Amino acid sequence: MTDTPLFQYTLRLADTALVLGHRLSEWVGHSPVIEEDLAFGNMGLDLIGQARSLYSHAGEIEGKGRDEDALAYLRDAPDYRNILLVEQPNGNFAATMVRQFLYAAFAHPYFEALAHSKDKTLAAIAAKAVKEMAYHLRHSAEWTIRLGDGTDESHRRAQDALDELWPYTAEMFETDQVERALIEAGVAVDPSAVRATWDKTLDHVLSEATLVRPRDGYMQSGGRIGRHSEHLGHILSELQFVQRAYPGASW
Amino acid sequence: MNGAATIATDPALRERAWAAAASVCDPEIPVLSIADLGVLRDVRIENGVVEAVITPTYSGCPAMNMIALEIEVALENAGFARPKVTTVLSPAWTTDWMTEAGKTKLREYGIAPPAAKAGRRALFGEEQVACPHCGSTETARISEFGSTACKALWRCKACAEPFDYFKCI
Repeated sequence: MTDTPLFQYTLRLADTALVLGHRLSEWVGHSPVIEEDLAFGNMGLDLIGQARSLYSHAGEIEGKGRDEDALAYLRDAPDYRNILLVEQPNGNFAATMVRQFLYAAFAHPYFEALAHSKDKTLAAIAAKAVKEMAYHLRHSAEWTIRLGDGTDESHRRAQDALDELWPYTAEMFETDQVERALIEAGVAVDPSAVRATWDKTLDHVLSEATLVRPRDGYMQSGGRIGRHSEHLGHILSELQFVQRAYPGASW
Repeated sequence: MNGAATIATDPALRERAWAAAASVCDPEIPVLSIADLGVLRDVRIENGVVEAVITPTYSGCPAMNMIALEIEVALENAGFARPKVTTVLSPAWTTDWMTEAGKTKLREYGIAPPAAKAGRRALFGEEQVACPHCGSTETARISEFGSTACKALWRCKACAEPFDYFKCI
C-alpha cells in the first residue's frame, strides 16, 4: 500500500462518511414517521455519495488500482479510519439525531474550510458536501431542540444521548503526524480552526434545547488509526456481506 | 473528409450534439431536461468524439448513472458514435443554474421551484415558499427531506394540498 499521508487523510474522511451513511440507512423502514424515514434515507445518501467521491480519489492517490468498491468492501475493521462517533449504535431516535447534530455541527464548517484545499479534488468534493451538511445541521439541530425542549421523556433521552456520545466528540478535533504536514501545506484542514464555530453552534442549540453540555472527561480516541469499538465489525459484516460471499459480484 | 479540425470547429455540429444531450430528462422529474436543471454543463467535440459534461445535484444523487446512460443513447441516436460522458464536481451545482423555463415547468408540474438565491442563506432562517397549486404563501414545511435528495416536503394551509419544494442549495 502506498501509505502516503494524503491517502490516509482522504481515507479517514471517506470512512467517516461511509460509516455514518450506513448507520443512517439502518433507520430506513424503522423510523417513527415516514418523513423521518425519508430524511434519514436522504442524509445517508448524501454521506455515501461523499464517501464514493472520496474513495475514488483515495484510490487514485494510492495508484494501486483500487477503486471505491475495493476500498469500501475489501478492508477489514482495523484498516478503517473513521472516527468512533459515527460507528456508535443508533440507539433511539434521539440518540441518532444528537449524534447527527454533533457531527454535522463539525462537518459543516470543516468542509467549508476544506473547499479551499490546495488539493483540487478534495476542494471540489468539500464544496458539494458543505451544501449537504448545511441541511443535515439544520434538520438535526431542529430535532435536538424539539426533543430537548419537548416532553420529560424526550428531554431525558436527548440528554442521555448527549452524555453518552460526548466522550467521542474530541476525536473530531485531533490532529496527528498524518495530518500535520498536510495542514501546513494547505491540503488538510486544521480541525482546531473550526472548534470555535462548533462550540458556538452547540451552545446556541443546546441552550434552546434546554440540554446541559457535558463536561469534558475521559475522551475516546483511536478510530483514525484503526482502533475501533466492537460496533464497527458488526457494521462491516452487513455492509460487506455480498462482496465477501460472492467476491467480484456486480450487476 | 477534412478531419478532426473541421469537426471540432463546426458550431452547427456542436449545437446538434448539445440539443441531443439536452433532450435527456431527469428520471425523477420528467418535466425537466438536464439542461433546464443545469446538470448538463458542456458538450464538446474533439477529434470527432462528442463529450458531454455533467455535474450531480447532490453527491449521492442516484439518478446520475441513468442520466449518463441516457445521454449516451441520445447522442448515438443523433448519429454521434461512441460518445463520452464525464462527471465533474466543481463548480458545485447550485439551484441558481436552473433556467427560468425550468422553474415554470416545475411549478406547472406541482413542484415549487427553488425560491431565493442559494448563497448566504441563513442556516436557521425561514424560507417563504409559494404553493405551486394555488399560489398562496401560507405554507409550512413538513420535512426538510422529500421523495428525492433535491426536494423538501411542504404543505399549503390555504388549499390544504401537500407539495414538493425543490430546495435551494
